[in-house]
Amino acid sequence: MKYFLILTAITLLTSGPAYAADDGHSMPDLPNVDWSFEGVTGHYNKESLQRGLKVYRNVCSACHGLKRVYFRNLESLGYDESQIKAIASEYTIADGPNDEGEMFERPGRPSDRFPQPYPNDNAAKYANNGALPPDLSLITKARAGGADYIYGLMVGYEEAPADVDLLPGQYYNEYMAGHVISMPPPLSDGMVAYEDGAAETVEQYAKDVANFLTYAAEPELEQRKRMGIKVVLFLIAFAAVMFAVKKRVWKNIH
Amino acid sequence: MAGGQRADFKNPVIKWVDERLPIFTMVKAEYGVFPTPKNFNYFWNFGAIAMVMLTIMIVTGITLAMHYAAHNAYAFDSVERIMRDVNYGWLIRYVHANGASFFFVAVYIHIFRGMYYGSYKRPRELLWMFGVLIFLLMMGTAFMGYVLPWGQMSFWGAQVITNFFSAIPLVGEGIVEWLRGGFSIANPTLNRFFALHYLLPFVIVGVVVLHVWALHVTGSNNPLGIDVKGPQDTVPFNPYYTIKDTFGLIVFLAVYAIFVFFLPNTLGHPDNYIPANPLVTPAHIVPEWYFLPFYAILRAFTFGVNIYIALGLVCAAFAMWPIFAAKDKAEINFKTVIIAFAVSGLFCLLGYFSQYELASGDIALALPASTAFVSAKLCGVLAMFGAVAILFVLPFLDTHPVRSAVFRPWFKIAVLLLVADFFILMLCGAKPAEGFWVPLSQVAMLYYMAFFIVVIPLLSKIEPVADLPDSIHQAVTGNHKLSVSSEKKA
Repeated sequence: MKYFLILTAITLLTSGPAYAADDGHSMPDLPNVDWSFEGVTGHYNKESLQRGLKVYRNVCSACHGLKRVYFRNLESLGYDESQIKAIASEYTIADGPNDEGEMFERPGRPSDRFPQPYPNDNAAKYANNGALPPDLSLITKARAGGADYIYGLMVGYEEAPADVDLLPGQYYNEYMAGHVISMPPPLSDGMVAYEDGAAETVEQYAKDVANFLTYAAEPELEQRKRMGIKVVLFLIAFAAVMFAVKKRVWKNIH
Repeated sequence: MAGGQRADFKNPVIKWVDERLPIFTMVKAEYGVFPTPKNFNYFWNFGAIAMVMLTIMIVTGITLAMHYAAHNAYAFDSVERIMRDVNYGWLIRYVHANGASFFFVAVYIHIFRGMYYGSYKRPRELLWMFGVLIFLLMMGTAFMGYVLPWGQMSFWGAQVITNFFSAIPLVGEGIVEWLRGGFSIANPTLNRFFALHYLLPFVIVGVVVLHVWALHVTGSNNPLGIDVKGPQDTVPFNPYYTIKDTFGLIVFLAVYAIFVFFLPNTLGHPDNYIPANPLVTPAHIVPEWYFLPFYAILRAFTFGVNIYIALGLVCAAFAMWPIFAAKDKAEINFKTVIIAFAVSGLFCLLGYFSQYELASGDIALALPASTAFVSAKLCGVLAMFGAVAILFVLPFLDTHPVRSAVFRPWFKIAVLLLVADFFILMLCGAKPAEGFWVPLSQVAMLYYMAFFIVVIPLLSKIEPVADLPDSIHQAVTGNHKLSVSSEKKA
């Protein structure tokens, strides 16, 4: 009976991640990057988040929105209020209507979201050869593999094998489902200047931007894991006490 | 529930209330001194655990409903707003989303316990049937809840599930439109699913009351499956089982908490973090893990009922008839039964291969009149709903006098195989319906159905009736060794 239960538990555990594996039966395994936010005590590396924000702002934001993130959220990246105000004010936000009924533009405020690169999806598709660049606010949660997938996609551009025909505006990427991607290789060495001395390589950019996008998708991650440690430890201690009480109560029955 | 006899309370307020409404007498009788078999194992914790999960789901669900917008243009954004801007919204939502999974974990273990120890048998048939009704209501509630975040899997899951009903002849399309509130999944669908998702949990609470009421009329079953003979067999529910249930509950909650805090999206599908898009179909539409076995049964039907399969089913019915009709083993002519099953199997194989399309596009076995008159889709839908519905009649299919699998070695093998079969179906449901997974799911589906329709009725008649211990007390204390060795042997 016990043996049987263990067997079924194993079956259950192996069947769990089943769907993740399906989408890519012809795909290589994603690179397994050692992220600081993984594990029970996971936390974000603030320097990397700040660099990742820079990569997003200088590169990704040309085509990809980040509409669920507010400038005020950047506090979690280690910026203070004046820095956040400064970053926000570099953007122009459409607002209105004003008292005269006119729409107007003004500098961004911490209470604004990152502005969208295109006025609507059709404009985005028209500018990108028919492909819609997805909003990146949830991208690490919306793709199997999460941050590893983003990293893989950034570093996975290759020459197409001879048997793959690419249309104009298509590229070959090892980690894209079906390998054909409409996004041109976005990163190249040295294209974003880092002030903190970190390597200005595609790999480092990819890591930083994947870190930042994980933060964008899961801003609660650090709080969640810290609370989780307390909750689970409490429950284990509580269970131990209850077990002792149970033994004592049942002493005369067994 | 509480009879005329009132308990004696010292506290004047409690006494005053109890004289007018004997609610304290009832609680004392049903949860205080309620005589409960003293030999429960930890499988008996899961009823209480399921009850706590239901409460957690209702409390977190009502809180989420305060912040959720049931409109197709706002639903996804409102859920993200809960995750990011509502105080501890992420916690409430993850507790609710993972809570659904853990509610099903508790209920599946609870159902398994009921089957393994024969808790569904006389006199607890109605108790069992209320339980199956709760399970059915849970499935409906869980499905509609999964639609509410309005992600890609929500939308396409709703599309697939509502589409099942189109398999019903003549009125199918009309029913689908009626369920969806339009020609496709859209805002009216979301609105009604939200209304029903809020309503059904309270219907579940009502049926749980009936379930517990019925339990307190018959009393609990126990691992030996024998009746309580007297006070020496029982202990009062409080403190013995209140403390044991609390311990089990805390352990269960610890595992649940690990998922909520450290693996909150592991049991979900990444596609549900992509807003619903009616123009883009996901590569694989997969239901939540707790529906996968039933989804696999649905998809196992790559074939319909044609004349050969119909003949096979008639032969199977012919084989089963003497088994149902016989009073005992001696009345069954096994030669006839075996021949009838062999003929049935042959017809079914003919029927199967006459519809089996090879990779080349040819039919494996070209036979005349092999067109299915009950479509594969309708068969799949009927089998899927039938897989749940058959649980309702389990108490009447199993007429064996012994309850517990501990004393039924043959039944024990069959029921453990069913558990393995359930996990195989789960795996098949998660995989794309291609290659090796299709025949595997067909074999697994066949065993699932055969367990209820063939194995259980057959074992009822042919499995030897073992000597049972005289009483729980005797088995637990005096002849402790004997009961252990008999379990080992079994």
